[in-house]
Amino acid sequence: MSAPAVPIPAQQTMRGRAKQGVDHTAGLVEAWLRAHTLLVYAFLYVPIIVVVVYSFNGTNQRVMHWEGFSLRWYEFVAQNNEVQRYLWNSVVVGLGTAIISTTVGTMAALGLQRVPRFIRMPFDALTYVSVIVPELVIALATLVFFASTIGRDGILTNATGITLGFGYHTIIGALSLFNISLTLLLVRARLSGMDRTHVEASYDLYATPIRTFWQITLPQLLPAIVAGFLLSFTFAFDDYLITTFVNGQGTSTLPLYVFGQIKRGVNPSTNVIATLMLLVTLTLLIGGQWLLGRYARRSGGRAGLGQGGVAEIVAEGGT
Amino acid sequence: MAAAAPAAEVRPRAATAPGPSRLVTALLVLPAGLWYLFLLVLPIAIVLLFSVGNRGETGGYAGGFTLDNYQGAFRNSGPFVTSLYLAIAGTLLCLLIGLPLAYFIATRGGRRKTLFIILLVVPFWTSFLIRTYAWLILLGRDGLAGVGVDLTGNDAFRLLGTDAAVLLGLTYGYLPLMVFPLYVTLERMDRTLVEASKDLGAGRWATFRQVTLPIALPGLITGSILVFIPMMGEYVVPQILGYGQTFTIGSALVLRFLEFRDWPAGSAMAVGLIFIMFVTITFYLWFTNRGRRGREQSVV
Repeated sequence: MSAPAVPIPAQQTMRGRAKQGVDHTAGLVEAWLRAHTLLVYAFLYVPIIVVVVYSFNGTNQRVMHWEGFSLRWYEFVAQNNEVQRYLWNSVVVGLGTAIISTTVGTMAALGLQRVPRFIRMPFDALTYVSVIVPELVIALATLVFFASTIGRDGILTNATGITLGFGYHTIIGALSLFNISLTLLLVRARLSGMDRTHVEASYDLYATPIRTFWQITLPQLLPAIVAGFLLSFTFAFDDYLITTFVNGQGTSTLPLYVFGQIKRGVNPSTNVIATLMLLVTLTLLIGGQWLLGRYARRSGGRAGLGQGGVAEIVAEGGT
Repeated sequence: MAAAAPAAEVRPRAATAPGPSRLVTALLVLPAGLWYLFLLVLPIAIVLLFSVGNRGETGGYAGGFTLDNYQGAFRNSGPFVTSLYLAIAGTLLCLLIGLPLAYFIATRGGRRKTLFIILLVVPFWTSFLIRTYAWLILLGRDGLAGVGVDLTGNDAFRLLGTDAAVLLGLTYGYLPLMVFPLYVTLERMDRTLVEASKDLGAGRWATFRQVTLPIALPGLITGSILVFIPMMGEYVVPQILGYGQTFTIGSALVLRFLEFRDWPAGSAMAVGLIFIMFVTITFYLWFTNRGRRGREQSVV
């Protein structure tokens, strides 16, 4: 019982000496690091909070002139058919992109495990290029491609006599490129960390490949697939640049509407729309986090998620 | 369960894991392959082709072979210089702000590390356009600029429409992308190295410069590439916070493609942007390979 009493004072003197002896600036540096961190988070959040707060502004004209709490601009947006049409387009584009990207990306991640090297190498290269290339390059390249194939006077249009033109399909197609690669990378990271013994056990018990996939592989991949779906949806829902290049008649999305307002001069309803867009992405983030947390608990930690959930996947996926 | 185990042992091991057939594998990879072919490889090939072509009479592309577009892009290199200078300055700012932050989270975060990271992901997750717009009203006449000018009578607070506002927007938008890789490398760092350095009498600054910084270098380079490349091609920030007066490659390209419909001239500029990106990534690959070789040698 008295044994632990001996090393403790020794340790204390050691630590005390180190603190006093060499480093007088330690306290100062600690304080600076703390203050810096606090300031950066304030820098990140203050602008967002200002937009949300001023969306409840009862002003007539000037966006940043506080004239008391009011929901009048929310009512204005709720009754605005134009805004609702743009919102609907954004939802269609978001869902379409998310469904295609998660399906195609997950399939590719599964298939690539068994593909010969001479196919996998260029495939990997294209995956990284599509993630890293500036969005603007994808936007203008796909515009030129669609215009000269399925646009007016395009090669395919002239050959078949059918004008596909621009619309949801061109937006979703162009936005899916980046998001397929993103899902592919997320699912593949999960696959490489996956416990193969369950799959082998399943085969040992005479399960077919399809049954093994549904019962063993898919549940383990689900967190990455869900993260891929949510990321793809928000990416497409919020996208401005690609959408502005390849949209068609009547398929403009909410970000295009907001950008137009910014260029023509904002009015107080812009803050409301911005707040609603923030709300959509935040709801998805929190919802995904909650879903994955519940899933991890139910499968007894087998899902292998840290507490970070979606956020962790995003942070690690970004590197 | 236990009864099934001996039965499984009878079958040879290799045969127990048949996996999907080659046809299934091909079908799994095919859709993504088609996407890459039709929406990445072919479009970029077309941009390369158009960049040496002539402009049609009503815009678009009219075939032929000419290097005029590249000459034009060289003569008109202003947007390139602007973008390059903004992207380099923005990357340095992200580094200056991001490194202490990542260091704090990785070494002082404790049990709240995850919370700190989630708080970085949330703004990164939300709309880039909305976050840029937030600065527009924050810096505007009724926001900080108004207050600053009223208090001091100094017009330096009118940032909107200047390069400084664009730089602020770029840094704000891409900062998390710099912090993530920095955090990952610093988090994996062996903290005993820092202790050892201090025990050997090195001061705080010397320890940081000679131990922490070299360890963080891969994350630092990755983060810099991750923010530099999108900053080069940025369009939204210079348009909104720079009022379009800070004329970047992004603004020039959108003008060529969407307003003038001068595809060949635009394509030549786009090839220039792709070239800068290519050089950056080549440097990155060279650097990471060099690092790996270095580590292997030091192990031997």
